[in-house]
Formats: sequence, structure tokens, C-alpha cells
Amino acid sequence: MPLATVKAGSKVRFVNVQAGQALKARLAAMGLVPGSELEVVSNSLHGPFIVSVKGSRLVLGRGMAQKIMVV
Amino acid sequence: MRPKITVALAGNPNSGKTTIFNNLTGTRQHVGNYPGVTVERKEGRCRHAGVDIHLVDLPGTYSLTAYSAEEVVARNFIIDEKPDVVVDIIDASNLERNLYLAVQLMELGVPLVLVFNMSDQARARGYQFDLDKLSRFFGARIVETVGHKGHGMQQLLEAVVATAREQDCAEAQPKSGGNLACRASIRGPQASDGRIDYGPDIEAELEKLTDLLRQSGFSGPKYNPRWLALKLLENDKEIRSQIKSPRLLERVDQSRERIEKRTGENPESVIAGRRYGFISGACQQAVRSTIEIRHTISDRIDAVMTNRVLGLPVFLAMMYLVFYLTFTIGDPPMDWIEEFFGWLGSSVDTLWPADSVLKSLVTDGIIGGVGGVVIFLPNILLLFLAIAILEDTGYMARAAFIMDRLMHKIGLHGKSFIPMLIGFGCSVPAIMATRTLENRRDRLVTMLVVPLMSCGARLPIYALIIPAFFPKAWHAPMLWIIYMIGILLAIASAKLLRSTILRGESVPFVMELPPYRLPTVRSVLLHMWERGWLYLRKAGTVILGISIVLWAMTNFPGLSPKQQAEFEKQRQMVENSFRSEPQKAAALLEEIDNRRAEAALESSIAGRIGRLMEPLLRPMGFDWKIGTALIGAFAAKEVFVAQMGIVYAVGEADEESESLRSKLQNNYSPLVGFCIMLFCLVSAPCMATIAITRRESNSWKWALFQLGGLTALAYVLTACVYLGGRLLGLGI
Repeated sequence: MPLATVKAGSKVRFVNVQAGQALKARLAAMGLVPGSELEVVSNSLHGPFIVSVKGSRLVLGRGMAQKIMVV
Repeated sequence: MRPKITVALAGNPNSGKTTIFNNLTGTRQHVGNYPGVTVERKEGRCRHAGVDIHLVDLPGTYSLTAYSAEEVVARNFIIDEKPDVVVDIIDASNLERNLYLAVQLMELGVPLVLVFNMSDQARARGYQFDLDKLSRFFGARIVETVGHKGHGMQQLLEAVVATAREQDCAEAQPKSGGNLACRASIRGPQASDGRIDYGPDIEAELEKLTDLLRQSGFSGPKYNPRWLALKLLENDKEIRSQIKSPRLLERVDQSRERIEKRTGENPESVIAGRRYGFISGACQQAVRSTIEIRHTISDRIDAVMTNRVLGLPVFLAMMYLVFYLTFTIGDPPMDWIEEFFGWLGSSVDTLWPADSVLKSLVTDGIIGGVGGVVIFLPNILLLFLAIAILEDTGYMARAAFIMDRLMHKIGLHGKSFIPMLIGFGCSVPAIMATRTLENRRDRLVTMLVVPLMSCGARLPIYALIIPAFFPKAWHAPMLWIIYMIGILLAIASAKLLRSTILRGESVPFVMELPPYRLPTVRSVLLHMWERGWLYLRKAGTVILGISIVLWAMTNFPGLSPKQQAEFEKQRQMVENSFRSEPQKAAALLEEIDNRRAEAALESSIAGRIGRLMEPLLRPMGFDWKIGTALIGAFAAKEVFVAQMGIVYAVGEADEESESLRSKLQNNYSPLVGFCIMLFCLVSAPCMATIAITRRESNSWKWALFQLGGLTALAYVLTACVYLGGRLLGLGI
């Protein structure tokens, strides 16, 4: 399912992201690789998204969160 | 051991790299740019154990891919300039993510020292590190530090010198068999071979490519072939572009396809996943976590700061506080500086015996011009102090988060908001701050609209005009209206640019929210000092030059001997006929002097240019006098006030002078006053802004587009307001 639909407080696992290579590499450098665990810290319905990955907090735009698939 | 070594500081953003750099070098640093790209290059030096250490602060990066200019710069520095030691600053309280960069440095095969910074916080969070074990995994010395307290700096320098020494020995050994001193000094970690096992699928392809690269003779001393092969599998643009053989690239693509087929994922993800695998393996063996708490205090603050409802009001309140403090605390020192320059001017005036051109140059041109600008130093210092505090505490990232929703509507994202905020201080650092935007289109749009955020130098213009034309109750709302017009225009222009010439997909927004931290006094003050010094230097160089030029333009060629004689005659007449009424005589004489000054100005170069411009300025309600001041404003906005003063020949005019205000009041309508402010807000940004836009966009095209576009916008807008106002009978 897309990350955008995950409620705050839930823990999910990163599967993949539909994005160009450069962005994929960037996300990987920030800890988002297949299999990594992430926790949704804040998901207010319209604005950007805060997730916790490998101990750091990342802000993801809503568009980004729609392209990230998690389980 | 060489007496001088070069050390590069690498690390993630927010790892405390700059604090450590400042600790080590103090004020012995130098800020410049990497050639060709607009990435700041900070260098400094220090000494330890008889060794001169030349430190280079690399840009903060998350990895060494070719994703952003910063990453390419950091990587190329390490590859091309071959620093003797690379120090990787790691936020120990966020180890796994930070070690990703360390792994890549290890793979590059550089002499590495790892710094576990913020080790106090890591300990407070219950982490225990087995440094010996970790050090073996990464083949590097590890030093624990607490950057903001300055702990561990000596140990860090020792590790750096020891690593450099060891490297020397390793190079010397093949020839001499290693001497005693070398053997004694090698107490470093057992060198790991800097290899990560990428699993059979990738290793097989890596081996093939490594052999191919060796055969084609591409490896050489600069690159290690395994690293090159790995980067090619990762589809690194930079490295690919250096491979000229199409056959080799074809083989690379085949390898990538095979990996994709076998693993079901693209090679980059698999490789990144394996690196994290190596890291978590190392951490499982060498890091113990005794308690399970992370980010707690930070999260609690964020519950308020990034709250859906409270976030925006808190942000607006913070901004108000920043501006309020900037202008209220800044007021008394501004008065002192003003008094000082006033005193300086009058001292020179009384001590200098005779009136001369040189005296006028010193008092009117230099002291008046430069003094008028230095007055704003307290404002600038305070604003940058506030910005440094917001940045160092980590609040700036939250501001970007909060504004993202709004910025999204104009086709930009939250990060663009930070430069706009800095634009209230000064456009030059604001345009430099657009460097944090990865996408070139986003960056250009932000850069182009930043001058619409009313900068500190425009404030004196408003401070002069508003009290002259508007009743007291309107002073604050008027100022607010002007600032709001700027913000709204910036939003509209950004939207327009984004949907016309800089159209394109909006870039996905990814940004780290660093945990809140207490800023250190030292780093905040250092930052403030840097900016303040830049400003003073501008006053001492550019503004000094402009002041002299403007002074010359308004003083030459001066009155013709015939006109001179005419005014002399008038003076004599007054003196003769009002001998019994000295007060009336003085008033009349002053009037004659003023008229004389005005006549002189009209025939001066500036006056003539103003006259030439007048037909063009008419639709906005401006006369030639305002025209000459606008020329000055292009040099630096604050010059407008000084120039209006000269034009109205009321001597040393500053924005508080009543006589200049009453002259304005007598000569212009409130509508014209408003038009002046509007035009100054929107029109041609100052020369420094144009220059920095040219440098940061790397093309004159965009700088001139900004100049032309904003001036045209200002012209049309002001003319509409003036004509509309006249039609409606508003403020005339």
C-alpha cells in the first residue's frame, strides 16, 4: 500500500518507490532501502509527512509519500 | 613525517561538522567557493604535535553518489586532491544512517578517522559502543567527541596525525622495509580491506567489470578498479561520463540487467541495501542499546511546533518576535552609530580650515555615504543572530515543513521558504541560501523572486516616506502593507514563472528533521560575525566607491561663473537691505543658498541624467529629483535616502530629518510617496543582488532577466497605481 495511507503511529516496512534513479539513491542514502523499517510520526491529511527511519526524522512531501510502497 | 598535512572533514548535514571545524580552527578560516560550482569551500588551519594541519570542510552530504552538486564536490575533492586524512563526523546518536557515508569513504580506500560526535547524547539514549570492534570493522581510528562542549578535540588531532604518520610508513615500507619509528607508531586498527560482501549476484558482476577495467587500462592510480566497477553498477552519471569506450558501457548495462533479473530489484537498491546490511551487522556486534528511547524531547517539542493547528501560529509568532527584536534592540546602538558619524562629520567640518572640494568629498561623500550604511549594522547583526539561532536549533527545518503546504500551491516546496525568510534581512545571503535546493528550476525561481522580500536596506526609505505623508495611526499598517505587497508579488511571480518559462514537474520533497539542539554561543556568534563582517566590508568597498561616484555626479560640473556671480549678487543685496533685521536676513540667505544648491544640482551630471529620465518617470508621478535618487538606489537601496537629502540640499539628511520630510510633504502628494515606496520595493534589485544572482545561477541571462523583469513589473505596477489613484482622487 502507499505510505500516504498509513496512519500516524504505525510501523511499516519499505518495499520500493516509483522514482528516478537519482531520487532512489538519495532516499537510500537517507535510510530508505527495501526492507528498512519506518514509523509514521505525523500524517496530517494535506501537508507533508514525517517518518522515522533508522533513528532520524524525515519530512516527505505528500506526492513522495504516494509513490512509496510499504507493507 | 611531513610538517604539513591536508585533512578533509566529511559528514552528514546536522552531524555537528561545522562546530568541530570551528573548534579546531577558531577564526583562522577562509570561506570561498569551489571552482565552477557554487558550493562554499571552508578552509582553516591548526597545529598539533609539530604538524601543520590544513583543514578543508567538505559540504555536508548523506552519501557520495552524484545526486547533488555538494556530493560531487565532496567526492571529487577526495579523489582529485587526495587529502592525507579524511575525517568523517558522525552523529553517534543516529549511528546507522550516519555510517552509510563512512562505508562509502571506506570503499574509496582513503585514510579515514571516524568521529563519534554528540557521544554524550548517544550515551544518554542508552547506547554503548565497543569502539575497538567498530574500529576494526571500518579500518579506521574512532574518536568520541562532544562538539559543542569542545570535548575530544585533542584526541581527534592525535588520531589524525597518527593516521597520517601510518600512511607515510605504509608508503615508505616497500622500499626501506620499515624503520623503527614507523613500527613503533603503528598502533592503529588492523586494516580492514575496505570491502563489503555484496552477495554472489553482484560480486560476480563486480569481478567481471573489475577485470575489464583493468584490461582496458582505465584504473590507474586515481581510481581503484573495484570502486569504479561498483559505481558503474550503481549507474553513477559522473563516472559513466568518464568511460569513453561504448563497448565497456554496453558490458556495464548487461551486468546491470543480469542483476535486475536475478534479484528482482534495481542494482542501486540492492547495493544500498547491502551497505546497510554491513552496517547493521557491525552495530549488532559492537553497539548495545540499553534503553529504548529515541528523540523523546525533540518529539515532544515537535508535537507543538509541527502541530496541524498550532504550527502556523507558532511560526508566525516566532517571525514577529525576530523582526520585533531586530528593530527594538537594534535601535539604541543605531543611534550611537548615527551620533558618532554626526560627530565625525562636524569635527572634520570645524577642524578643516577652508571650504574645499576635498572637504566636501570627505564630509558629504565619504562620511555621509558610508555612515548612512553602517548605521544599519546592528539590524543586520541581530537579524543574522536570530537566523543563526533558528538554524542551529533545528527550527528552520520545521519552518520549511510548516510552509510546505502553502509553497506547494505555488509550485515550490517548503525548503524554498528559508531563502525567502532570509531575504527580509538581505537578498545576497538569501540567494546564497538557495543552494540547499537540489532542483535547478526550483532554485532559479526562488532566486529570481527573493528580491521581492523587502530587505533591510529598503527600510530607511519607508522610514523616511511613511511619516512624511501618512498620519501616525497609519504608520505601522502602512509598513505592514508594503511588506505584504512584496510577499504577495513574490508568490504571484513564482507561480507565474513556474507555469511559464520554468515549468516542470514539482520535485519530490525529502528533507531531514534534525533533533532540536541547544545552539552553542560560539558558533552562533561566529556566524553573526561572518555576516556582519561581510556587510562592513561592503560598506568599506562597494558603498564607499558608489558614494564617491554619486558625490561627484551631484557636485560636478557645478555652477557656471555667471550663475555664481548672480547668486553672490543676491546675497549681497539681502545683506545690505536687511542689516537691521539679522533674523530675517539669515532666513533669506538660507533660502538663497538652498536655491543655489538646487541650481547647482540641476546642472550637475546627476541632475542632467534625471532630466533625461523625467519623461519616462512621469507616468509614475516622479520628477527628475526622484530620478537621481533612484539611480543611487540601484547601487544600494539605502542610498536613496541620502541622495534625496543631497537633492533637496538640506545638508546632511538622514531618515530622521524633519526638514527633508517637510520638503517632501510640500513637493509631493501622499500618492507619489506611496509610489516611491512601491517602486523601490519592486524595481531593480541592487547591484550586489544582480552580481550574486549572476554568480549563483552561473549565467548573466538570469541576472539580467531578474533586473529587467522586476524593473518592468515595478514600472507597470507603479504607473497603474499612480494613474488609478489620480482617477479615483486618492491621496492627491
